[in-house]
Amino acid sequence: MSDLIERFLAGERRALSRILTRVENGTPEGREYLRQLYPRSGRAHTIGITGGAGSGKSSLTGSLASELRKRGHEVGVIAVDPSSPFTQGAILGDRIRMQDLVLDPGVFVRSMASRGALGGLAPTIDDVVAVMDAFGFPYVFIETVGAGQDEVEIAGTALTTVLVNNPGTGDDIQALKAGIIEIADVLVVNKADRPGADVLVSQLRALLSLAPSEGRDIPILSTVATTGDGVPELVDAIDEHRAWLDTSGELDRHRRQEARHQVLSVAQRILLEQIRRETSEETLGDLVGQVAGRSLDPHTAAEQLVEQGQAV
Amino acid sequence: MTASPETPAQGETGQKIRVLIAKPGLDGHDRGAKIVARALRDGGCEVIYTGIRQTPQMIAEAALQEDVDVVGLSILSGAHLELFPRIVEELRSRGLDDVVLFCGGIIPEEDTDALEAMGFSAIFRPGTNTRDIVSFVYDNASSE
Repeated sequence: MSDLIERFLAGERRALSRILTRVENGTPEGREYLRQLYPRSGRAHTIGITGGAGSGKSSLTGSLASELRKRGHEVGVIAVDPSSPFTQGAILGDRIRMQDLVLDPGVFVRSMASRGALGGLAPTIDDVVAVMDAFGFPYVFIETVGAGQDEVEIAGTALTTVLVNNPGTGDDIQALKAGIIEIADVLVVNKADRPGADVLVSQLRALLSLAPSEGRDIPILSTVATTGDGVPELVDAIDEHRAWLDTSGELDRHRRQEARHQVLSVAQRILLEQIRRETSEETLGDLVGQVAGRSLDPHTAAEQLVEQGQAV
Repeated sequence: MTASPETPAQGETGQKIRVLIAKPGLDGHDRGAKIVARALRDGGCEVIYTGIRQTPQMIAEAALQEDVDVVGLSILSGAHLELFPRIVEELRSRGLDDVVLFCGGIIPEEDTDALEAMGFSAIFRPGTNTRDIVSFVYDNASSE
């Protein structure tokens, strides 16, 4: 066993940090660490915090972590911010909202860039969550990039998904649309000290009353993340969802679904990497040119690419 | 979590240079720090920005948790000879010996030797071209 794993198992945060980097980067070394640590994961309550840009996800995550610290629990946080589609660079600024927690030895905050992943997370998010879980944090928060309507990946990564809404950001038709609202296990109206909060709560409640019940009512909580109002109640609601998962048998179903999704998405990534490795820039450029010039359709071009990739 | 071919898979398993940009001390002018953060972002780095009024412990702890390759400190208050040694000490006490350090802001020429002795590899003063900062980071950081 490597020195870094030993130090990780002894609870050394520097070792956690270094392993996270390698696992995030998906290096061969990182994959080996993940292979060794994965059997130790599965104990944490993983909680996704998602919602629009500026909805208060980071502040709320910070407040939730503070409340859990008051209750004596250690907390891991993974905060995802977008990478530039042009330079692949990123500014990761979620820590700014979590200043109070920086020096708390019971909290570990790690920023991740989305690195081209769609869906509000990062390509290796599940691996990074597993490492945080294996380190022994009983609660691990995953804060998505600012999500709009369709970034639903978080529901596959986290056991409990919290959707953060704000008053004054759209009429009830927005809430009627399919997509992100369907994945919420707990709904939050944050910035509830602003006008329109009560109306939004009743709109959300009316909307939920129309949805088929899955044996559990989805709670709607009002919070003001910056003051901490409503945060203890939100922690209770998150804990209640976990308890429901345990007693209803949903936990096993969720874990199987999550595992299936992960295996398939890694397989997809491996195949894509293989195709890119086996395809010369010239061949790719040629196909791209034909599609751009409308002499070939994208499906036929992709099929040719896949066939060539496998032929080698 | 599919990577579309237009945003190629290179980012997924690629190794990015991670940089912490921090502002120690009590002055609240962070425009320079933000410009440097932005330039490094445009240069393809992943930049962790922690905001103003950071204590030496907060900076070192953020560097540890984020496993950064480089720490850049911005200071205008004149307290660099007070604060920087404490930051270096906090980094060392956490085992972060291999982090590349640079700083920028209002820093008199006569302090250069002292800062270099502390472990700062570069000092960027007003008028610096941001390209030089990006080049410095790429030349000195060994991302893994």
